[in-house]
Amino acid sequence: MNRFGELLGRLAYEPSRNNKLRLITDYFRSTADPERGWALAALTGALRFPHAKPGLIRNLIAERTDPVLFELSYDYVGDLSETVALMWPSGPSESGKERDEEPTLTSVIETLGTLGKAQLPRQLARWLDALDETGRWALIKLVTGGLRVGISARLAKAAAAALAGRNVDDLEVIWPGLAPPYHELFAWLEGRADKPTSSDPAPFRPPMLAHALDDADLSELNADDFKAEWKWDGIRVQAVAGRQDGDPAGRLLARLYSRTGEEISKSFPDLLDALRLPGAIDGELLIKRDGRIQSFNVLQQRLNRKTVTAKLMNEFPAHLRAYDLLADGDEDLRERPFAERRTRLEDFVARLKELRIDLSPLVAFRSWDELITARKNPAAAGAGADAAAVEGVMLKRRDALYLPGRPKGPWWKWKRDPFVIDAVLMYAQRGHGKRSSFYSDYTFGVWTQGERGDELVPVGKAYFGFTDEELLEIDRFVRQNTVERFGPVREVVHEPDRGLVLEVAFEGLQRSSRHKSALAMRFPRINRLRWDKPPGEADRLDRLENLIQRIEQGHLQGQTAR
Amino acid sequence: MDWTRAARTGTPRKPPGRDYLSGVTRPEDILVPSPSGVCCKLGGFHIDPTRPVERAVITHAHSDHARAGHGAVLATQETLDLMRLRCGENFASTTQALAYGESVYLGGAKITLHPAGHVLGSAQVAVEASGLRVVASGDYKNVADPTCAPFELVRCDLFITEATFALPVFRHGDPDAEIAKLLHSLTLLPERAHLVGAYSLGKAQRAIALLRKAGYRAPIYLHGAMQNITNYYVGRGIALGELRLARGASKSNLAGTITLCPPSALNDRWTRRFPDPLAAFASGWMRVRARARQQGVALPLVISDHADWNGLTATIAATGASEIWVTHGQEDALVHWCTSRGLKARPLGIVGYGEEEDAGTAAGDAAPPLCDENRDEGERQ
Repeated sequence: MNRFGELLGRLAYEPSRNNKLRLITDYFRSTADPERGWALAALTGALRFPHAKPGLIRNLIAERTDPVLFELSYDYVGDLSETVALMWPSGPSESGKERDEEPTLTSVIETLGTLGKAQLPRQLARWLDALDETGRWALIKLVTGGLRVGISARLAKAAAAALAGRNVDDLEVIWPGLAPPYHELFAWLEGRADKPTSSDPAPFRPPMLAHALDDADLSELNADDFKAEWKWDGIRVQAVAGRQDGDPAGRLLARLYSRTGEEISKSFPDLLDALRLPGAIDGELLIKRDGRIQSFNVLQQRLNRKTVTAKLMNEFPAHLRAYDLLADGDEDLRERPFAERRTRLEDFVARLKELRIDLSPLVAFRSWDELITARKNPAAAGAGADAAAVEGVMLKRRDALYLPGRPKGPWWKWKRDPFVIDAVLMYAQRGHGKRSSFYSDYTFGVWTQGERGDELVPVGKAYFGFTDEELLEIDRFVRQNTVERFGPVREVVHEPDRGLVLEVAFEGLQRSSRHKSALAMRFPRINRLRWDKPPGEADRLDRLENLIQRIEQGHLQGQTAR
Repeated sequence: MDWTRAARTGTPRKPPGRDYLSGVTRPEDILVPSPSGVCCKLGGFHIDPTRPVERAVITHAHSDHARAGHGAVLATQETLDLMRLRCGENFASTTQALAYGESVYLGGAKITLHPAGHVLGSAQVAVEASGLRVVASGDYKNVADPTCAPFELVRCDLFITEATFALPVFRHGDPDAEIAKLLHSLTLLPERAHLVGAYSLGKAQRAIALLRKAGYRAPIYLHGAMQNITNYYVGRGIALGELRLARGASKSNLAGTITLCPPSALNDRWTRRFPDPLAAFASGWMRVRARARQQGVALPLVISDHADWNGLTATIAATGASEIWVTHGQEDALVHWCTSRGLKARPLGIVGYGEEEDAGTAAGDAAPPLCDENRDEGERQ
């Protein structure tokens, strides 16, 4: 348990994904079964301990420490698990008895599986007595649910796959059929056994992803080889249903997965009910209201809610727009060409007869020029009233097999041009990890009428989009033009004739009560440095107001807002 | 009158006893707290004053305790040498060195220095008059440190303790285990330069000594700000193995090496000379995750030159003092602990201590120098 705690500790501090990966892989390599398997289960969020509540932990520490000292400590540390872990009386001298042997993660999990609620406090206390600070912290985090060390389930799986130099998708394919502590998985990864087979009736299949298309790429491609469809601005999902083995009633098990393989069924029960045929659809999750697909702004209002109520489902009805069919019944279609899968998909959706599930329509074109026109104005090219939710077009080779990962060539995504404004750099903050010595996070603003004439109002923050050379240039500018410092943040000169203009690109705009400008940008990044432009000539807030109104009315598409 | 003469002429003809004429009947008659440090009216001196005074006894050379500009300064030879290194030749008008265990007399007060175990030269100041003894600990730790004399317990009537880590959440643990973590990280990530933030005086040298003790033989690199003080340690016979300046090394040669630097350099442009630098920080503060994360530390090492909660409380109890004054840090918790054990205790609220530490923990640029400390942060790219 102490070692697992040490791993969690390192992960919580390490900013780099690659280094996190190596830390976990190193742990898997140097830890025996079943301990590492349980660690994998903990990291992928596969474990739940319903009886261990924070209140229980609070009671335990109250019995052991002076309440004044506890409150002062809690106030200083700010986190209950950590305060308890650090304050817990340890060692024979303090607790007045011999230490038990340190429990393993395995013994903790196995014991919790059989322990009654009434015995839990005493058992937890014995474990806490036997562990060190890090071990205690990890134990409390583990049992009260929520390790929160910045690790996604996918990263933990990738770390396991890396044991054998494999890709995470190789593991995702079989993951649904596996159960902790994953003996057969590690045996396969270490070459001691065959690949485990998935027996899950509704498994996740690693998705196929597209490369971004540059306008220049187009001339190298033959329009006849491709079909095109809209790229919908929602969340990419996989909707799977399958018959449960041995279920006499032959009931279907339905699941909804995110692109990364996280199961999100619980958030969309309204859609789950519609999956009434065995098969696997690759599609986009959207909100459809009054017969019209809503923009991402609207979808986000549903995604932000923790609990799914009837009211929420009524106001924001979930809808699946189908792109592809990966399985029809028991038949795996992934080895078939896209054109064939498309026909099967059309047939499948027709058989489903579900209002909540429809086809993503193909975009008709005979030449690239026609597609260029369609991309510029989706409303006129078939998307109609749904155009507000279109964020570009997808090109798919007719003969493309469904390959996991991001193979180059068969699929291309061609997003609409971003919105672009000229904004003025106002504040800069140091980055993290590799960028900790650089001012790399920028808050920028546009002009608006203030009480005393024109003033800049912050409209967003961006920390990428620039090249390494540009980063150096901005960093130098920030250091030489600081007007005030607030801890790690520097205020940079921003006057009509002195300052730095940043061309900022973004994907969308929405209203926000959290910001002074009442606006929030989606996916903002630095497009270009406008050393040539005086700050006084940067854009005004009116322009963003105007943009958001047009976006909301669904009038604006593929617009370089120039 | 300076220290030297005071020490020579101030020796009373008879040893000090309970002298009603001097007006000393309680320990708090010997030392009086003031906003700029505790003051001995009897002897006419301050201990670690935060403002320039005529006569100062300095416990150790950290900049929050040892400021430039006093008239006469009494301290250990090491503390005087280190102050000279950090603040320049003329940091005081006159100086007098006093060895551990030796005493001087001033205006009826007997002053003795005892090892505090904090950094090289650090001392507790015992002041006696009328048969009563007051000990001002300065900063101290009661655990082994290969770079300085071990803490010596002095029984007394009034004990003035620091409280930097005076919360039960601070238990520093075994520094060797923390060094083992650093060495493990180095084997796991051998292409990354490991930068260890450590206070320039004391912590850096202790970390190097601990690395050597753990069997690490490779050259250890230093930020330029640490060179003088580290050389001084070596000159005092503390073996630190092969040391090199990071400034002269090529980027590729720094892969898989350990470099010690002031904490403020961890987020500085200075780090760009290293291949994929990994930020470690050796400090008692690293026990609390939020503090490590705020500073972007990837490898926190809990190594402290201050006593932890158990060290503070055990020391207070062992001094036998019936009254405790608490300076800089988490005074509330320690005062509460003392009172709940029947000891008289009060916080002193002296402004200005603990700043050397905080200068190091601030995530931003180095805090304004207290004396000529800018040389400390002076190495730029």
